[in-house]
Amino acid sequence: MLQTNLKHILSEADLKKETTENENVMVCCGRMGPMCVPVYGIMEELESEYSHVAFRDMEFDSPDAKAIRNLPECRGFAGLPFTVYFKNGKVANATSSIQSMEQVKSILDSEFKK
Amino acid sequence: MLNEYYDTIVIGGGPAGLTAGIYLSRSKMKTLILNEGTVGGQIILTHEIANYPGIEKISGYQLANVMKSQAKSFGCTIKSNIKITGMDLTGDVKAVGINNKEIYSAGSVIFATGGRSRNLNVPGEEKFKGKGISYCATCDGDFFQDKNIIVVGGGNSALEEAVSLTKYASTVTIVHQFENFQAFEHAVEEAQNNPKINFMMGSKIKEFIGENSLEKVIIENLNTLEISEMNIEGVFIFIGYQPNTESLKGIITLNDKNEIIVNENYETNIPGVFAAGDSIQKKYRQITTAVADGTIAALSAIEYINSTKILNHA
Repeated sequence: MLQTNLKHILSEADLKKETTENENVMVCCGRMGPMCVPVYGIMEELESEYSHVAFRDMEFDSPDAKAIRNLPECRGFAGLPFTVYFKNGKVANATSSIQSMEQVKSILDSEFKK
Repeated sequence: MLNEYYDTIVIGGGPAGLTAGIYLSRSKMKTLILNEGTVGGQIILTHEIANYPGIEKISGYQLANVMKSQAKSFGCTIKSNIKITGMDLTGDVKAVGINNKEIYSAGSVIFATGGRSRNLNVPGEEKFKGKGISYCATCDGDFFQDKNIIVVGGGNSALEEAVSLTKYASTVTIVHQFENFQAFEHAVEEAQNNPKINFMMGSKIKEFIGENSLEKVIIENLNTLEISEMNIEGVFIFIGYQPNTESLKGIITLNDKNEIIVNENYETNIPGVFAAGDSIQKKYRQITTAVADGTIAALSAIEYINSTKILNHA
């Protein structure tokens, strides 16, 4: 399990449930590596500011993470983490590799307007 | 606009900044750490630390979190993932603005802004980050199983990571702008003895090209100025670090490498302004040296604050 303070998605069913029950979901699928940890940190920071968004993580190497790894929007991705933004259960945006606070906020502001 | 006063503002939340925060808060100095990224600095990029005295093995992420908790336990306030949007270091009261909306003032400031990996800064680099371009072999190596890849650089990191990437890649071509490597001899030998590694010396990448992901690179031979194309799916860049001091140019004295110049008490050219860690002019950059820097800068700042308090009350 990832050592973050975010709520973890542990299975494909979990992912389905989270993206069905929440209008706006940001899922960071990675490992506890140098490119992933900063993104988890940014998500933890933003949880209170973006209360209308559910911030979740998922372990990249778990078998069920294929639900993220195999998304068409992640085709060609070759850098951890894979970060996927779901709006009403559908993929609204996806990024590969480390992102800055500015980059994350820019996507949240454009895809998940309050 | 909030304007809260602190004894010391520490800019940077890596080992140097967190150590300064621990020493300052424990001395009952009202302390604020401002950090533009995730707290921990470059150590969170280290998978395992085995040379930090007193701890046999720990991940950089865990060590950073322990330092952060220690600083907070003594009363230090930490604000991370903020943007420094202004500063005024002249006069007895220094001011630092963040996110274009909050201003904090203090009697002293410690810069512990650290460093970051250098980018090549050539066309296509940002576009293909995570789609063929990587800065971390342990993170992304397995995406390049049985593929031909390039490693850019000629220092220890470049050569050691090139060797580790041969576990996955069919071939690794090291592209280096000089004719000689800057790495230790044993690292060079290990790379040279690896049958999967090729070398392209005196060369540099001019451009990254592709549709949705990286497909090829344009390479210039710096001796002949000949331009060539190479089909490639992965490029790992390890070309060293640079200090995070861009915003200090013209404010604090920097050397020709943009490192902050400090005296033996870690004071900069401005009274009440100190610096510590990887952003200062020094030869060795380790967690232990950053921690030592942070300690001395904090003690110097405490002495400075106490001396100005005495003067103000005289």
